[in-house]
Amino acid sequence: METTFTPLMSLAGGALIGLSAVVLMATVGRIAGISGIIAGVLSPTRDGGFSLRLAFLIGLLAAMPLALLVAPQPEIALTDTPILLILGGLLVGYGAVRGGGCTSGHGVCGLSRLSTRSLVATATFMVVAALTVFVMRHVLGVS
Amino acid sequence: MGPVFAALSGLIFGLGLIVSGMINPAKVLNFLDIAGQWDPSLAFVMAGAIAVTLPGYRLVHRRSGPMLHPMFHLPTRQDLDRQLIGGSAIFGLGWGIAGLCPGPAMTALPLMEGGTMLFTTAMLIGIALASYQARAPRTAT
Repeated sequence: METTFTPLMSLAGGALIGLSAVVLMATVGRIAGISGIIAGVLSPTRDGGFSLRLAFLIGLLAAMPLALLVAPQPEIALTDTPILLILGGLLVGYGAVRGGGCTSGHGVCGLSRLSTRSLVATATFMVVAALTVFVMRHVLGVS
Repeated sequence: MGPVFAALSGLIFGLGLIVSGMINPAKVLNFLDIAGQWDPSLAFVMAGAIAVTLPGYRLVHRRSGPMLHPMFHLPTRQDLDRQLIGGSAIFGLGWGIAGLCPGPAMTALPLMEGGTMLFTTAMLIGIALASYQARAPRTAT
């Protein structure tokens, strides 16, 4: 599906994501990594962060209903092949926790801390994802 | 007060994802599809996010701790191991298949669309499996 290049909105949205990460660090001293936050709610540790993670997720889930009060529903073009959704979801969830983070934890927070681990993780998932899209679209023609 | 600011942070994060357009998997896949109709938007999202987070973190970390809690919780590991690279590769494979990662999946969930719900359910199972595996006592290595 064709999409429009949105440099200004994407920069502005990115800046909001950055603001969110800074607010979380400044107030409660934690990394805004979504996969880690979900993992900490599904499988709580004794680090005292459970209520913070749960609160963050409630805020995250409230964003769309609030946005719909002032803006039209954003377009979400997702594959309708169930097996791709199931496989994609399992791999994304498993891989993010195994690799210690996803696009937010490694890609935004980790890179901003100039972490070598996050740089390697981000480069790895970017390259593998681009190769996956290449094979799916231009070799197999499935999406 | 901590949970109030954590919820505010989550809310801003979700709004950022919606404003940036990253809530739409087609935009993510078109960024990753360098050989197709390339949409560079995702690079601008990353640039905008890091442009705020990098100086913001620098400023925050000048203090000895966060405002509402006794200390910062920061990753301390520096080594590059198989789990980091293997896990990231598995994540990249799934991201490339569906174009959704955890943030956008959770943010889109309240729309109750079938595809997002199926993906997110599978993602939560994947997260739970990896967390369980990380906790389980190791018999080898």
